[in-house]
Amino acid sequence: MAERRVPLAKRHRKDRIFRRGCQIIASMSAGILAILLIAIVFEGVGALNANFLSGAPDPDPAVAGMFPAIMGSLWLLVLTMLVALPLGVAAAIVLEEFRPKHKVLRKAHAFIQLNITNLSGVPSVVFGILGLTVFVSMFGLFGNERDPLLETGATYVDQFYNQGDFIIEVPIDDPMAPETVPVDGMTIYTYEGTAMELNLLGDDDDWPEDEEIAMRSLYSWDLPGRNKERNWWYFRLPFGRGVLAGALTLMLVILPIIIISSQEALRAVPSSLRQASLGLGATPWQTVRRVTLPAAFPGILTGAIIAMSRAIGEAAPLLMIAGIVFITRAPSNLMDDFTAMPLQIYNWAGRPQKEFHDLAASGIIVLLTALLLFNAIAVFLRQKLQKPLS
Amino acid sequence: METTLVQESKPPKEKAKPVSALGMIAVDAAERRTPADEFADPSFEVQQLDFFYGDNQALTQVDMAIPRGEVTALIGPSGCGKSTFLRTLNRMNDLVAETRVEGKVLLDGQDIYHRQVDVVELRRRVGMVFQRPNPFPISIYENIAYGPRLQGKVSKADMDALVERCLHGAALWDEVKDRLHTSALGLSGGQQQRLCIARALANEPEVLLLDEPASALDPKATARIEDLIGQLRGDYTIVIVTHNMQQAARVSDHTGFFYKGRLVECTPTAQMFTRPEHQETEDYLTGRFG
Ligand SMILES: Nc1ncnc2c1ncn2[C@@H]1O[C@H](COP(=O)(O)OP(=O)(O)O)[C@@H](O)[C@H]1O
Ligand SMILES: [Mg+2]
Repeated sequence: MAERRVPLAKRHRKDRIFRRGCQIIASMSAGILAILLIAIVFEGVGALNANFLSGAPDPDPAVAGMFPAIMGSLWLLVLTMLVALPLGVAAAIVLEEFRPKHKVLRKAHAFIQLNITNLSGVPSVVFGILGLTVFVSMFGLFGNERDPLLETGATYVDQFYNQGDFIIEVPIDDPMAPETVPVDGMTIYTYEGTAMELNLLGDDDDWPEDEEIAMRSLYSWDLPGRNKERNWWYFRLPFGRGVLAGALTLMLVILPIIIISSQEALRAVPSSLRQASLGLGATPWQTVRRVTLPAAFPGILTGAIIAMSRAIGEAAPLLMIAGIVFITRAPSNLMDDFTAMPLQIYNWAGRPQKEFHDLAASGIIVLLTALLLFNAIAVFLRQKLQKPLS
Repeated sequence: METTLVQESKPPKEKAKPVSALGMIAVDAAERRTPADEFADPSFEVQQLDFFYGDNQALTQVDMAIPRGEVTALIGPSGCGKSTFLRTLNRMNDLVAETRVEGKVLLDGQDIYHRQVDVVELRRRVGMVFQRPNPFPISIYENIAYGPRLQGKVSKADMDALVERCLHGAALWDEVKDRLHTSALGLSGGQQQRLCIARALANEPEVLLLDEPASALDPKATARIEDLIGQLRGDYTIVIVTHNMQQAARVSDHTGFFYKGRLVECTPTAQMFTRPEHQETEDYLTGRFG
């Protein structure tokens, strides 16, 4: 029995006050978010048109677009997930399903687990620095970007600009070979790639009148410049400041997230199912492959999508890899320079003119739409795929 | 004398090799010490078995023979080590970290704790049904196909026949024959448990271990499980843990009474319930503890 009863009305009043207080605080946070969204839509919706999605950044804000940034983000996302998902799920399986039994190994297991948990809290800038040394320069073990140790998928040409402003190209096999010396009759190519025969003019010869001859003519003193053309399969060690290095750095950021969410999904699978499988004579791997992994799949997928939305919004580590550079086209190979949506937004927001701030707001709308889409897909899949397991 | 004889008939080099397809090693007949000599051909022989969870000893010096083709019930108060003992018979205890086994467990004369024994094949031969029904969240058909498919490809026709045979074997066919491809989770608890038995039968085991298979079921479902055990008797060696003494009396040929990690006595069931040898057994059976 209570020694002194608090009047019932007083208890109800306290309850009301507390409930009201929580409601006000909760609606405040929702309100702040709403104001933010409204402001951004208000500012950004004006510049949001087809050209904004398909155009390239431009000094003139009226025609500037974020196509390269959208494509850059897409490249990053696909590459990041291609690497992070198998690695993360495999790590989660090892940590969760193949726990060591030996005492010393169990200590090591616990230590790794602790570190993964810690890594998920590390600021992403730190991963940026790591990516810079590990992926961009690769500890300097493979030379540098200009003089890489390994390079494939690049073709070299010596380019001449002749007196008539025609471009004449000579393919080069060895990038270190001395510059091409024009020889009469040698095979040359136009810029478009048509093969022709070189017409070498003597020092005293006049420039030919005939256009057909002029486009394949050179004086012996004409000097070439060496150009590198990268194919889509261009690959190089070290990676340099390309989209692959960016993706791998993002992979570092989201790997702990994927590992932890996959572990949680695996842990949610009732151990009675594992026992049933092992008891029927399945090997541990068969058990993972046929029972545990399928049962954990919806959870793993949801975690992966959440990780993707984290990756697409990251700016700090990419800033360290790519910097703020003026990029007007989508990446065309793994080593290509790139920009990404957050970088482009950051770039525009940092300019003094109001017009660019509006562009930044438009960019934010695009980014937020992508994020909301990811989260909606995650929720949808969770509802759709999650089945009772026992 | 005897040892020399064996060595003459079989050179020691060959004796050291695995003698069965399972990679198991036959234990020398002379080494065998059968605790209960009344069984000419026991399925399991357990000799001086100690089992530890870390520093905690769960089984102490258990000696037991489990007769082939008959039903052996294990009874005793909860926490006395019945489940632990059952799991030593198909090495499910291996899954628990920091456990230790001492002594011998012979299946058909082969020590299942020998390091050359393939535990995967052991668990195929010694099937297990757990306390709570644990069907996979897939169709009834796929549940039964699971075990055979682990070992390799089975043709559709063979699998269909096998599924039907196993469901008949577990007295479940009539109830599920029209819904083989629906989720096993849609079955009632008792049906799920019989499905788990059918699933174990699909592996063509020699032994079935049942750990309180009816404790999560209502009386009607319990009765069906007990009937099923009666039907399976003879074709399979069955070891059943139960905390229900009437159940032990109804289904089993032999009963072992466990108390505080020891096998107090193991006798034919009728004898156990009429003339127990030990005071502790009598106290337990008359409900003075447990
Ligand atoms: N996984 C485990 N880890 C540690 N101790 C266990 C574990 N399982 C059982 N034990 C212990 O072993 C003893 C026997 O348990 P168990 O075999 O489950 O008894 P029963 O099935 O007869 O109720 C108990 O003291 C229990 O606490
Ligand atoms: Mg038990």
